[in-house]
Amino acid sequence: MKVAREKAWDPEVAESRIRENLHLDGALLPILHALQEEFGYIDEAAEPLIAEALNRSRAEIHGVVTFYHDFRRAPAGRHVIKLCRAEACQAAGGDALAERACAHLGIALGDTAADGRVTLEPIYCLGLCAVAPSAMVDGRVVGRLDARRLDALLAEVER
Amino acid sequence: MIRIYIPRDSGAVAVDADEVAAAFAAVVADRPGIEIVRNGSRGLYWLEPLVEIETAVGRLAFGPVTPGDADSILAAALAGAPHPLALGPVGDILWLKRQARLTFARCGVTDPLSIEDYRRHGGLAGLERALSLGPEAIVEEVVQSGLRGRGGAGFPTGIKWRTVAQTVAPQKYIVCNADEGDSGTFADRMIMEGDPFVLIEGMVIAGIAVGATKGYVYIRSEYPHAIAAMNAAVSVARRERLLGPRVAGSSHAFELEIRAGAGAYVCGEETSLLESLEGNRGLVRAKPPLPAHVGLFGRPTVINNVLSLASAPIVLAQGAAHYRDFGMGRSRGTMPIQLAGNIRHGGLFETAFGVTLGELVDDIGGGTASGRPVRAVQVGGPLGAYFPRALFDTPFDYEAFAARDGLIGHGGVVVFDDTVDMAKQARFAMEFCAIESCGKCTPCRIGSTRGVETMDRIIRGEDRGGNLAVLEDLCHTMKFGSLCALGGFTPYPVMSALTHFPEDFGASPRLEAAE
Repeated sequence: MKVAREKAWDPEVAESRIRENLHLDGALLPILHALQEEFGYIDEAAEPLIAEALNRSRAEIHGVVTFYHDFRRAPAGRHVIKLCRAEACQAAGGDALAERACAHLGIALGDTAADGRVTLEPIYCLGLCAVAPSAMVDGRVVGRLDARRLDALLAEVER
Repeated sequence: MIRIYIPRDSGAVAVDADEVAAAFAAVVADRPGIEIVRNGSRGLYWLEPLVEIETAVGRLAFGPVTPGDADSILAAALAGAPHPLALGPVGDILWLKRQARLTFARCGVTDPLSIEDYRRHGGLAGLERALSLGPEAIVEEVVQSGLRGRGGAGFPTGIKWRTVAQTVAPQKYIVCNADEGDSGTFADRMIMEGDPFVLIEGMVIAGIAVGATKGYVYIRSEYPHAIAAMNAAVSVARRERLLGPRVAGSSHAFELEIRAGAGAYVCGEETSLLESLEGNRGLVRAKPPLPAHVGLFGRPTVINNVLSLASAPIVLAQGAAHYRDFGMGRSRGTMPIQLAGNIRHGGLFETAFGVTLGELVDDIGGGTASGRPVRAVQVGGPLGAYFPRALFDTPFDYEAFAARDGLIGHGGVVVFDDTVDMAKQARFAMEFCAIESCGKCTPCRIGSTRGVETMDRIIRGEDRGGNLAVLEDLCHTMKFGSLCALGGFTPYPVMSALTHFPEDFGASPRLEAAE
């Protein structure tokens, strides 16, 4: 499976990713997405850089970073499995699959395995509600999950 | 030319449509005269990946297809021979024939990124007529069509447009709310992935109507395929001069930008979405002022759902009366209904308002996928009520659902079989609200957390009567005291579960047995 390998935190690279979005109105979310794409998370050291560039307070930037579920404060595991936990997937047997994944990896939803290989996260709806239960594995969408398909995914990310 | 249509829709890709496409590509590699087209989805998800082979006799459908079927399907289609996965001519499939596809007329039919295909199938006729009518007449046409906001609130779209049109400002905006966060809904995603030009056309028409020159589409980050499709479509539209300083050769300017959300459900609320676009925490704004007066960056803003904007082209192309003739009561036109969850025939069913919930679930949806009896149906997403079978005669209509303490919301219908534990679902509704609350108002922020705790006590069987009274009181406070629909509507799933399924709120032994 293809895994995007993010680069280590680098203030100069961060500055340039910030700069290339500055022409946008309401540039903060595009900047944060760009930084997370680059480094895999939003390093705390990015906050003063963004604050300076946007002429906003550091507290404001911190407030925005922490408001949104997407933005990570630390790098995720090498693979990220997002299991849909919303109602349509619950109706189709998603609860049992979530329990199975947690038991297999020995972690709770929202945690990263100790060896850093896998992060397991809940997600609330991928819009795949007619092929439920669904998941997203390293950006790839998977539907009609059952124990067999889930086990195959888990084996794949643990390889 | 023989064409093989294989959907690129993420719902099809999630069940291996890409692998099927690769298998067909390998089969046709050395055969000239055969082309593979990646179309949108027709919305018959239990048949995905649904492959269509177009020959001189028309488009023949096959599904659900696996990569290993590619060879035999192509051979059968070309020879006119039977095949175990054959569904016949796609236009003859009853599930499709029973629909009234206005907004979704092209979805699944065309190549989503081909402007020629779009034109050939009636695209841009709405924009052409709009340009000949002029701003005031466009607004009047949308008012007369009876189109109401498809995001959930059901506010008349034309009235919103008129308010912005009549507000004088140096800059106005069109914002498309594509933060389709409700579980059980995927119509916005399907349009953006399967017919993105119709949304762009709708936004351009809105821009001309109200005098806005800039638009934003705010798409949730959980939809990477839709974001990619919209970005690609915007590039094509710029090249084709549908966007830019002179839209379709007219004197109107319109530019469009695609923005990604960041995983906050509350940003589907319009004022929270505007805050997010401006680069802030997605905190809900108090209304008034309305976004139509003081919206994005403080300017008058039309903020509409994807389906509302994507319905504007057909309203303009066919005229208000054509659209208004569908539907019932004050719910005019068609609604793209989404059947999901534990359902045999899940998918997108666009039909005139008035179809009953029972018809949708039992007849069109074919009951549960598990084969067990249907026990509860949640309509309208995580903030929608749970309906029991006893209310299956409710017609799909804004007012009829409201009269039964429910809502149609964005048109999602999630089916549960008899293994569902309704106390658990009520607890989840509170939990979801607690996770997603923006935190601005107390009833939502604190009420949802207290709601989870109270549900836990009820589920454990502690002082059932006392805790049920607390729960009802919390729901009352949240419903009437919250700033927006997140806190205000969370009581719908909670109270409907309690009202219609009181037996699940009993003592703990029964609940454990039901698990």
